[in-house]
Amino acid sequence: MGATLIDSVRHPDPPVLETPLHDLHLELGARMVPFAGYRMPLNYADGIISEHCQVRAAAGLFDVSHMGQVTVQGPGAASFLESLIPADIEGLAAGRQRYSFFTSEAGGILDDLMVQRITDCFTLVVNAANKAADLNLLQRSCPADCTLTLLNDQALLALQGPAAATVLEQLAPAATTMSFMEVQVLGIAGFQCTVSRSGYTGEDGFEISVAATEAEGLARELLAAAQVTPIGLGARDSLRLEAGLCLHGQDITLDTSPIEANLQWAIPGCRRLGGTRAGGFPGAQRILTEATQGVARVRVGIKPDGKAPIRAGAVLQTHSGAPVGEITSGSFGPSIKGPIAMGYVDAAHTAVGTALHALVRGKLLPTRVANLPFSPHNYYRNRKPRSQLA
Amino acid sequence: MSEIRYTADHEWVSLDGDVATVGITDYAEEQLGDLVYVELPTVGREVTAGDETAVLESVKAAGDVKSPVSGTIVEVNEALSDAPEKVNENPTGDGWFFRVKITDAADLETLMDKAGYDSLITSLA
Repeated sequence: MGATLIDSVRHPDPPVLETPLHDLHLELGARMVPFAGYRMPLNYADGIISEHCQVRAAAGLFDVSHMGQVTVQGPGAASFLESLIPADIEGLAAGRQRYSFFTSEAGGILDDLMVQRITDCFTLVVNAANKAADLNLLQRSCPADCTLTLLNDQALLALQGPAAATVLEQLAPAATTMSFMEVQVLGIAGFQCTVSRSGYTGEDGFEISVAATEAEGLARELLAAAQVTPIGLGARDSLRLEAGLCLHGQDITLDTSPIEANLQWAIPGCRRLGGTRAGGFPGAQRILTEATQGVARVRVGIKPDGKAPIRAGAVLQTHSGAPVGEITSGSFGPSIKGPIAMGYVDAAHTAVGTALHALVRGKLLPTRVANLPFSPHNYYRNRKPRSQLA
Repeated sequence: MSEIRYTADHEWVSLDGDVATVGITDYAEEQLGDLVYVELPTVGREVTAGDETAVLESVKAAGDVKSPVSGTIVEVNEALSDAPEKVNENPTGDGWFFRVKITDAADLETLMDKAGYDSLITSLA
């Protein structure tokens, strides 16, 4: 950690960074764009729609090495993490992963993240754009008995899609029996990896942390499978939107609480009012009050009736012209074959089917409040039949 | 067939008599990526050169098509409403957007010829 961490946090104007797969992206014909300080592939030759459909139908490989991977180790690690996020970390079993968020004192969302536990080590996977701020936050309150390490030498790949497990049958048989949100250290084609069965597409799949020096070798092994093609950030965004998953900075921000964001499912009973470790995280008072008393506005799905995509920032109105919400993500859903969006709507107008107008380029476009996700989740839950349970 | 002229915003114009057909170039198509929606102007609308006349939406972004010429919209490519991908498939042919009955042919003289546009693209590479 040391100098690397300090540099990455304090560097006032960081140069554009490259992931360990940069040369491979160029070789594969990627269109590269700046994203959160990195040169990242937006799409490859076939384009975003084709890549999106590939992931829903077979499998795709994403380079998400721009994301931050930070380990927290030490006797007080679980209680330290619980002081920053409203998750059950004390109760997180080794080999499991949870979704949570760093909350602000005002009850907003500083970032969302995955927390993995491998034996007694916790690994946080955070958004690239918030990496420096998250590290600052962790460092400021890190107790003396804990060690923080930014895993700058680890790449992160995501293999996503219904064929992802089939692809790993030969290369990593142990991965195929893992359940959704399970984490294991295992070899894939001889490369040592930390693998979680999770992703950001709504499909079955794996997120794979591997040494930066071995990332290209592993990526080539995975891309050699007939079912796998490389997928860029463009399809990553359309896939997560169809899956109803939030993008920090758009759908969840410092100005949205987890309850407004409809993420209360990620706050377990033990951290809520009356729980064994109720509160104790920033903004707990507001967030836990909202969890019991409700909120004035809620994140919902929005389905435009027409063909025009409705983008972030579009205002939502009732038919009488009263503004009641705003779109936070909007695009075209290639699997839905039409425009899809999500946004915040005043609580009185959140019933599924509620008709609202979106103001786009001076025109009122008809929409309806819709259930999320737009595209059903296909997570793999390796549950034993009841008869086999002890 | 008449000479094709180009704008710095990557539109092309082809003049047949006093009717100009407008589309986007291969370069613009590549930059936009997969188109999912095209909003066309209404026939009969009066446009001034530089007016935002059509809206293009790709998966990731929205863009405008400005009319390179002044005049009256006399025809739009209705096929794009159901098949915006035609723009990706053939931006300089089937993927045209609208036709303008021009009021002043001099509008075209301010636009680039192919050699000028090609050198612009080279400078952007």
